[in-house]
Amino acid sequence: MMTAIHTEHLTKRYGSVVAVRDLNLVVEEGEVFGILGPNGSGKTTTILMLLGLTEPSEGRVSVLGRDPVREPLAIKRRVGYLPDTVGFYEDLTGRENLRYTAALNGLPPRQREAKIEELLATMGLTDAADRPVRTYSRGMKQRLGLADVLLKEPELVILDEPTLGLDPQAAHEFLSMIRQLKGQGMTVILSSHLLHQVQAICDRVGLFKKGEMALVGSVQELAQRVLGGAYRIRLRVIGNIPTERLQKLPGVSRVHRSGEVVTVEAERDLRPELVRAIVEADGDLLEVGLEETTLDEVYRTYYGEVSDDAA
Amino acid sequence: MTRREGSAFTGMRVVFFKELADLLSGSRMRFLEALVVLTALGTAYAAIQNIKNTVGEDPFLFLRLFTTAKDPLPSFVAFLGFLVPLLAIALGFDAVNGEFQRRTLGRILSQPIYRDVLLFGKFLAGLTTLAMVLTATWLFVTGLGILLTGLAPSGEEVARSLIYLVAAVAYGGVWLALSMLFSTLFKNPATSALATIAVWLFFTVFWGMIAGLLAPALSPVRYGFPDEVLRQAQVELALSRISPTTLYAEATLAILRPEVRALGPVLPLQLQGMVLGTPLPLSQSLLLIWPQFSGLIAASVILFVLAYVIFQRQEIRA
Ligand SMILES: Nc1ncnc2c1ncn2[C@@H]1O[C@H](COP(=O)(O)OP(=O)(O)OP(=O)(O)O)[C@@H](O)[C@H]1O
Ligand SMILES: [Mg+2]
Repeated sequence: MMTAIHTEHLTKRYGSVVAVRDLNLVVEEGEVFGILGPNGSGKTTTILMLLGLTEPSEGRVSVLGRDPVREPLAIKRRVGYLPDTVGFYEDLTGRENLRYTAALNGLPPRQREAKIEELLATMGLTDAADRPVRTYSRGMKQRLGLADVLLKEPELVILDEPTLGLDPQAAHEFLSMIRQLKGQGMTVILSSHLLHQVQAICDRVGLFKKGEMALVGSVQELAQRVLGGAYRIRLRVIGNIPTERLQKLPGVSRVHRSGEVVTVEAERDLRPELVRAIVEADGDLLEVGLEETTLDEVYRTYYGEVSDDAA
Repeated sequence: MTRREGSAFTGMRVVFFKELADLLSGSRMRFLEALVVLTALGTAYAAIQNIKNTVGEDPFLFLRLFTTAKDPLPSFVAFLGFLVPLLAIALGFDAVNGEFQRRTLGRILSQPIYRDVLLFGKFLAGLTTLAMVLTATWLFVTGLGILLTGLAPSGEEVARSLIYLVAAVAYGGVWLALSMLFSTLFKNPATSALATIAVWLFFTVFWGMIAGLLAPALSPVRYGFPDEVLRQAQVELALSRISPTTLYAEATLAILRPEVRALGPVLPLQLQGMVLGTPLPLSQSLLLIWPQFSGLIAASVILFVLAYVIFQRQEIRA
């Protein structure tokens, strides 16, 4: 497998503000990578540096094996980018806007029209295609933006908050489209604040905090690191609850009890061991369930801790 | 030093035609066309009324169409002296900041083109639009002149008026480049438009006065020697030539009035052997306006390069 993106000590300063600090990021080809972080944590700045749209203050970037500062065109031919606030020429129609992009990418005219038609249909914009973009809603512009990104048939797409303004149905369709693109071998990098979406499609995520990518890994790995346990097992027990004993089981990181509900955080799926322990201690087990850890939880816990630190 | 790969002009054609189509179909174009047609109609008609009396006496009657004023209307060239900058400013004032405002810049610059291609494509499209409007006006006035006077222009007259046309476009290029420079400098199109108009007013109205005040300070006449007086006049002229308006006026004068033999103060010595009032041949007139013409081009180039340098360093995010 090839490396799609590789940055070393990447840093961007705006005067005294450090927007991105010492970023070392590796994204493999064919991967879907999510960039998460609070507002102003450096997500957009990172993306702009990857595209060569803003020059790094320090460090090196390699995108598809090339340097975006020295060989911007080679990269821009192969990388699609959806800005966080996507804009179009308001007096031109959606189709005309796409035509311009296609021409800038040197698509031959005959191929161009068919491709545009196809993408407009995929994005559900066929009916609006010949209306000026002025008349589009926020979400329609976002869809047009996605069509615009895919027009050049990129190997890598970088999407800054792609589902912003999309209705739930469109967002859902967008997610399945990303999966489809991944299936075709495309590398995808996206930043988003919608955690369940990120969790649904991203192979790995990076958590940004004040310009630094503090944590990176799969949701499972992050949960392990942030929540201490990647598995969360919920038990309902009446009678004797051997909290002490559960705590001592190998692999258990935390036991929490409230009333008859016991929540155990563990590194592994310890359901059999837990059930055995409770039964042996004469507890009456009513329910056992594995709770899936959500990225949402990881995120809140992680950034909660961060702001606690700051306080 | 970073080496650029690929053709430097990748996408230039695409940007040019898109921008040209935008400019030509935009509503500001309708307005400008109307303004220009009215001007041409008014001044040409007035000039014809005036020169009809002198038919037969003047070998360059046709050129008088462009330079004759009749109260209260100024001559055609004087009118264009106002209109060309206005047109150029209208075509360029939102070239770059308009892209920022529409938020199209990030999207366009992530396509495989260089930033300067976008800027240069816009400049060329503006200049072409300007040239098209001025050529149409020129054809209009020429046609009107032929119809109303019943005279056909001579080959030399056509050549001279065409050279004037080129000079007018070059003059417009300066203001186009300046308005584009301000459109990269200021984030708000209204600000950039006003700033360009302010500079234009400064050079058109005030610079002449300032040159008149500065010249005595820089090169005082102490004892009243002729060479002192001459030097002061030369300094004043040199100062006034900083203004593109002066360059345009001089170029216009020399090319459309063949009897003009020199621009600026003339020494009696230089007049020796000349028959006053005899027209200069076209090649000599051309030579006379060459510095003015190059000056206009150089000014456009410098302004464009400045805009380019600023645009190149600009953050994509407004
Ligand atoms: N042109 C600029 N000049 C100065 N500071 C800037 C500039 N652009 C961004 N910054 C700063 O850089 C930091 C990172 O901004 P960035 O836009 O990358 O954040 P983000 O993670 O994308 O936030 P959001 O979630 O709101 O999109 C912020 O502190 C911001 O104020
Ligand atoms: Mg952002």
